[in-house]
Amino acid sequence: MKAQHIINRHWCKGCGICVAFCPKNVLELDMEEKVVAVRPEDCIGCRVCEFRCPDLAIEVIVEREHERAA
Amino acid sequence: MDISIKDYIRKRFFPHLWCPGCGHGTVLNNLLRAVAELGIPKNQIVMVSGIGCSSRISGYVDFHSLHTLHGRALAFATGVKMSQPHLNIIVPMGDGDALAIGGNHFIHACRRNIDLTAIVMNNRIYGMTGGQFSPLSGKGILATTAPFRNLDPAFDTVNLAISAGATFVARTTTYHFKEIKEYIKKAITHKGFSVVEILSQCPTSFGRKNKLASPVEMLKFFKDTTALLGSKRLEQGPDLIPRGIFVDKEVPEYTEEYQKLIKRVQKNT
Repeated sequence: MKAQHIINRHWCKGCGICVAFCPKNVLELDMEEKVVAVRPEDCIGCRVCEFRCPDLAIEVIVEREHERAA
Repeated sequence: MDISIKDYIRKRFFPHLWCPGCGHGTVLNNLLRAVAELGIPKNQIVMVSGIGCSSRISGYVDFHSLHTLHGRALAFATGVKMSQPHLNIIVPMGDGDALAIGGNHFIHACRRNIDLTAIVMNNRIYGMTGGQFSPLSGKGILATTAPFRNLDPAFDTVNLAISAGATFVARTTTYHFKEIKEYIKKAITHKGFSVVEILSQCPTSFGRKNKLASPVEMLKFFKDTTALLGSKRLEQGPDLIPRGIFVDKEVPEYTEEYQKLIKRVQKNT
């Protein structure tokens, strides 16, 4: 599975909700307190970050193996 | 964010004015998903709100929207519904807006069973005006107007709505985002007055005073202090706040009864 994290840095306020509740520790806040996907290869595509984000600032696009094959 | 969600917002007003980590953004996020999944066209939805942090939500959605007087959102919404009964009307309110200044409108909308979807975004504080306690803050809470802890007990929104006659009543929190979407979907589809209470975090005005300074801590607090109706956890923890659907019943709806009345009276003339 391959996941792409589209982050709107202009909308992100760095509250850290996505960072704290990511089950695989994929996300971190950078020096500017904006979220970045530092370990995208660990992402399981649950999209909890996207659904909890109060700022609509993160979107996860998940490409699953069978979809890539097809 | 799905493409369908982006279509439902007024992007020019983003980033929104809510504080970092404000739960109201999570309510907006999942409300949009609920509407998108129901597939309701934008011009079939009216969002009516009052005054407060929560009420700013009507500015961010690309539906018909009315930003009205403090506490009077349900009165305006009743007017819209009476004149355009085919529209879906969503009324997001804050705790002070819905149950302090708007308390009377709230109980009477419940009593009439008019087909509106009321969403009470309960952060237990007046955030916009500087953190005064509200009728939902509860005993023992610290607020700028209660520096020695609040004496007033809180309303229970769910019990109040049920006893006033609402025909769909649910409660969840911003931690439980799936429930927000599911309950709002059911509330919109429900014919009659529906109330969804969503416990929401205000890290700025409520959290800082009450040892829950970060939004993450506040979400964990919601996870730890609530339990689903019918769960073992709730049975074993009588102090937990129950979440779930408390009432979902069919009762004649007000605008339909009104149409019947018109027909009956016109026949006699």
